[in-house]
Amino acid sequence: MTPEELRKLASSQEEARPEPKHRIKICVAAGCLSARSDQVLQALQDEIARRGLTDECEVKGVGCLGLCTAGPLMVVEPEGVMYEGVTPEDASDIVNSLGGKPVERLLCPADSPFFQKQYKIVLENSGLIDPEKIEDYIARDGYTALARVLEEMTPQEVIDEITRSGLRGRGGAGYPTGLKWSTVAKAGGSRKFVICNADEGDPGAFMDRSVLESDPHRVLEGMAIAAYAVGASQGYLYVRAEYPLAVKRLRTAIRQAERLGLLGNNICGTTFSFHVDIRLGAGAFVCGEETALIASIEGKRGQPRPRPPYPAEYGLWGYPTLINNVETFANVAPIIRNGGDWFASIGTEKSKGTKVFALAGSVKNTGLIEVPMGITLREIIFEIGGGIPEGRRFKAVQTGGPSGGCIPEQYLDMPVDYESLAKVGSIMGSGGMIVMDETSCMVDVAKFFMEFCMTESCGKCVPCRVGTAQMYDILQKITTGEASMDDLALLEDLCDMVKHTSLCGLGQTAPNPVLSTLQYFREEYIAHIVDKQCPAGVCQIHRREGH
Amino acid sequence: MNQPVRVKTLKIDDRDVSGREDETILEVARQNGIFIPTLCHLEGLTSIGACRLCLVEVKGVSRLLPACVTRVEEGMEVYTQSERLQKYRRMVLELIFSERNHICSVCVVNGNCELQSMAQTLGMTHVSVPYRFPRLPVDASHERFVVDHNRCILCTRCVRVCDEIEGAHTWDVMGRGIDSRVITDLNQPWGESETCTSCGKCVSVCPTGALFEKGKPVTERLKRRQSLSYLAMMREGRR
Amino acid sequence: MNKKRIATVWLDGCSGCHMSFLDMDERLIELFQQADLVYSPLVDPKEFPENVDITLVEGAVSSEEDLHKIQMVRANTKILVAFGDCAVTGNVPSMRNPFGVNAVLQRAYLENVTLYPQVPREVIPALCERVRPVHEVVKVDVFIPGCPPSAEAIYLALTDLLAGRIPDTAKLTRFGA
Repeated sequence: MTPEELRKLASSQEEARPEPKHRIKICVAAGCLSARSDQVLQALQDEIARRGLTDECEVKGVGCLGLCTAGPLMVVEPEGVMYEGVTPEDASDIVNSLGGKPVERLLCPADSPFFQKQYKIVLENSGLIDPEKIEDYIARDGYTALARVLEEMTPQEVIDEITRSGLRGRGGAGYPTGLKWSTVAKAGGSRKFVICNADEGDPGAFMDRSVLESDPHRVLEGMAIAAYAVGASQGYLYVRAEYPLAVKRLRTAIRQAERLGLLGNNICGTTFSFHVDIRLGAGAFVCGEETALIASIEGKRGQPRPRPPYPAEYGLWGYPTLINNVETFANVAPIIRNGGDWFASIGTEKSKGTKVFALAGSVKNTGLIEVPMGITLREIIFEIGGGIPEGRRFKAVQTGGPSGGCIPEQYLDMPVDYESLAKVGSIMGSGGMIVMDETSCMVDVAKFFMEFCMTESCGKCVPCRVGTAQMYDILQKITTGEASMDDLALLEDLCDMVKHTSLCGLGQTAPNPVLSTLQYFREEYIAHIVDKQCPAGVCQIHRREGH
Repeated sequence: MNQPVRVKTLKIDDRDVSGREDETILEVARQNGIFIPTLCHLEGLTSIGACRLCLVEVKGVSRLLPACVTRVEEGMEVYTQSERLQKYRRMVLELIFSERNHICSVCVVNGNCELQSMAQTLGMTHVSVPYRFPRLPVDASHERFVVDHNRCILCTRCVRVCDEIEGAHTWDVMGRGIDSRVITDLNQPWGESETCTSCGKCVSVCPTGALFEKGKPVTERLKRRQSLSYLAMMREGRR
Repeated sequence: MNKKRIATVWLDGCSGCHMSFLDMDERLIELFQQADLVYSPLVDPKEFPENVDITLVEGAVSSEEDLHKIQMVRANTKILVAFGDCAVTGNVPSMRNPFGVNAVLQRAYLENVTLYPQVPREVIPALCERVRPVHEVVKVDVFIPGCPPSAEAIYLALTDLLAGRIPDTAKLTRFGA
C-alpha cells in the first residue's frame, strides 16, 4: 500500500458514510471503563436508536481523554463540549441537548490548564479515534510514516532521522534511541528481532496501558519502522497479562494491519516483511528488565543476566535484538512524518520531545498527561494537576516508581528532564508521578516501595534477594518505633551495598526511595527512632520502654 | 580454528598478566594465583554472576563487574582487593548466613563446606544483620539423597549441573525473591521425580550441606566439586 | 602492674566453650599471672563485679534471665567477647526459632511427657520469643566463633587482649570448628 492508496482509503472511509450531524466520543479505556463508561455508551446508543436518530448521531468509544479522576469522560462534536462523570441515566439529557444548550451539570471545562498546558505527540490520537478501527488511525495520517520509510528512505536514513530527533528511551533510563537502533543495525547475524516492552509495572503507572488501549496502531507502526531500520523481520510485543483490554485491542490491531498489508509479508508491496506476535507477561515486575524479558519470551524463568553482552548484540535466542518501550515506539511515526528537527525543537537541550506522566496521589486532577520536556514540576502539579486538594500542604513528589526518589518542595521549579531528576536523587522512570502532602509519612512511603522491591526481586543475586528483605525489616522496625540509631546506620550500609553490588537495575535502584527520603526527610526517620513519633501520624508506634 | 586467537594484556592488582580474548577476569586471575572469591561459579558450568562475591573494580568503569562473566580486555586495570570490595563481600556472606538456618556445628558438611570456609577466608567473624530464621522443609524422600533447604544458598549449581551436564533438568527454582527455593520436577518430592537419574552430580557440586548423601558418616561425605571439568572435557563440544 | 580483671559468663549454651577454656591446661596458670578470674561458673563469686576488663560470654540470649544478665555484664565490662558459636550466631539454641516458643514448650513439656504434663510457669525464667546472638542485644567488641573454639584459639585471643591488642580471630577459628 502506497501513501497515495492510504490517503484514498482514508477518504473513502469518510465518503462511505455521510458525516453525521453529531458525534459523541466516549472514553472506553480502562479508567473510564471501570467507572461504567461501557454502560454509558450502551445507554446513549439505545437512546439514539429509540429516537430514530441513528443517521444523525454517531456514538463511538475512543481512547483515554486524560482526566481520569473525572471519568467517565465524553466529548460532543462538532461543539467540542466535554462532559465528566457521566452515568447511563444522563443519556436522555445528553441526547436532548444535541445542537442546543449543553447539559450544564455535566460540563467539564476543556479550557482549564489541565488540557491547555499539555502538548500531545504520543497521545495525539487518544480520545479522538476509535482504537479498534484501523481506518480511524489511517484517517489521521496513520501508517503514512511507514509507507514513506519503505518507499523513500534507506534504513540508515531512518536511523539518522531518529538520531537527529534526540529521542531517548522512555522506559526510564533515557538511552539515546538512535544510538540503540544503529547498534542493532550494525550487529551481524542472520536474524534480528524487535521487541516492544509493554510490561509496565511501576505502582500507579499506566502510561503504556493507555497508549496501547487508545492508539495501538501507533505502536505497531513504530515497531515496523524500527524493524526496517535495524533489519528485523520478527517482532514481539511483551504485554503484561493484567492489561486484558490492551491485549485485545493489540490483537485486533495486528489482524487489521495484516489484512491491509501493513504488517506481515511484503509490506506496502515491498520486499520488507515484518510479523508481530504478542507475548503475555505472567505478572513479574522484573520482566520489565530487558534480559529478564528476553528470558521470559524464550520460555525460561524471567530472570536478568549480567550485561554485557547487551541485547543489541546478543538478545532473543542469541540474535541481535532491539528493545524499546511502548512510548518510545509511539514517538517514532510522528518523528518520521514531521522530521527529527521538529521533534528536537521541543523540550530541553538534552531531553527532547514530550513525556507522558501518570499523575496520581494527592492532587486535584489525577490522570494521564503529556507535557513537553523541561516543564517544571510546579507547573505539572499546581497548574495541570490543580494543586493539592482540601487546602493541604505539598510535601514531596515521587517520580520513577520503585527505582526513583522523592523530590521535596525546594526543587519544584526544576525542569523535568533526565539529568535534572537524576541530580536530585530521582529518575525520569517510565512516567509515574505520585504527589504527596503533609499527611504522608516519608518513612512509610520508603517502606512501601521497599516492600514492592522485596516481593518483586527475582531472587537470583544475593544483595537484592536478601538485602531488600533486610532493609524492609529495618524500615518495619523504624515505623513501629522499635529501631535504634544503629539500625539506621545498618540501613544506610545496606542501601550502599545493594545499590552497588546487585545484578540488575531492580536491585541497583531499590535503595533509591530510602536514600532520597533520607536525604530530604532525615528528621522524620529520627523522629520515629528517637522520639518514637510519626510526624505525619501514619505509623502505629508501639510505645515500649527499653528493649 | 580458522581465526588466530587474540591475546590481551592487562593488569590485575598491578601485576601484568595476559589472557585469551575469550577468557574471563576470573580465569586469568586464577591462572596467575590471584585469589577472587566465588560461590555460584563452578568450573565446568555456565557462569551466572549471581553471588556477587567475585565483583572487582575496573579502572574507568563506574560499576563493579563480576569477574566470572567479564571478559578480559586490552589495557584493562583490574583491582580485586580494595577495602570497599572486601566490605561488600563480607556483607554478601552475612546476608547469605542471615537468610536461612546455617548451623555449622550440626551440619553434615561441617569442615567440608564452601560457605563456612569462605566466611573464614574473608574474615567474617559474625553476622551484623539479624538472622531471619525461616521455617523450611527437609526432603528425604529420595532413596539415596536429601535436600535440606535450611542450608541452601540458591547458587543454582545443582540446577545447572543437572541441565548442562546430566541433561535431566530435574532441578529448577520456584518462587521469587526471598521466597525462592530449588525444586525437583514441578515441586514434587525428590523421591517421586520421574526425571532424576540419581546420578548424584547435584550432591557433588553443592557448596553447602543443602544436598547430601544418606547413610554415610559425616567424614565420608566429601564432595567432589572439581570433577566437572573432567566430565565437560570428555564431552567436548557439549559446552 | 595492675592485674587485668577477667570474667566468663554462661548463658544458653552447653558449657563446651568453658570446657575448651579449661583445655588450656597449664597455660591457664601462665595467663592468670597477668590477670584475675573475678567471676565465672568456674569460680566462687555469685555477683558479677564492677570494672571487669574482659568478659567472655558463652551462650545465646534465650530467656528473660539471659537478657537481664547480659545487660548487667555489658554495663560492667570494658571488652565484651562473644565466646563460641552460641554467643556469636545463636547456634543450636536458635534452632527453635523457626518454630516459635509455644510450639517448643508444647513439644517438650506436654507432648513428650506422660506424668503430669504441664508447662512450667514459675521458678525457671521465661523464654524469649526468639533466641538471639549476643550482639543483637548488646554491643560486642570481639567475636571468637567455634563450637567450641579450640583451647589454642582461646589462648591466642586472650594473650592478644591482655596485651591490649584486638585479635584477628578469623585466622584462629571458624563457625562450627
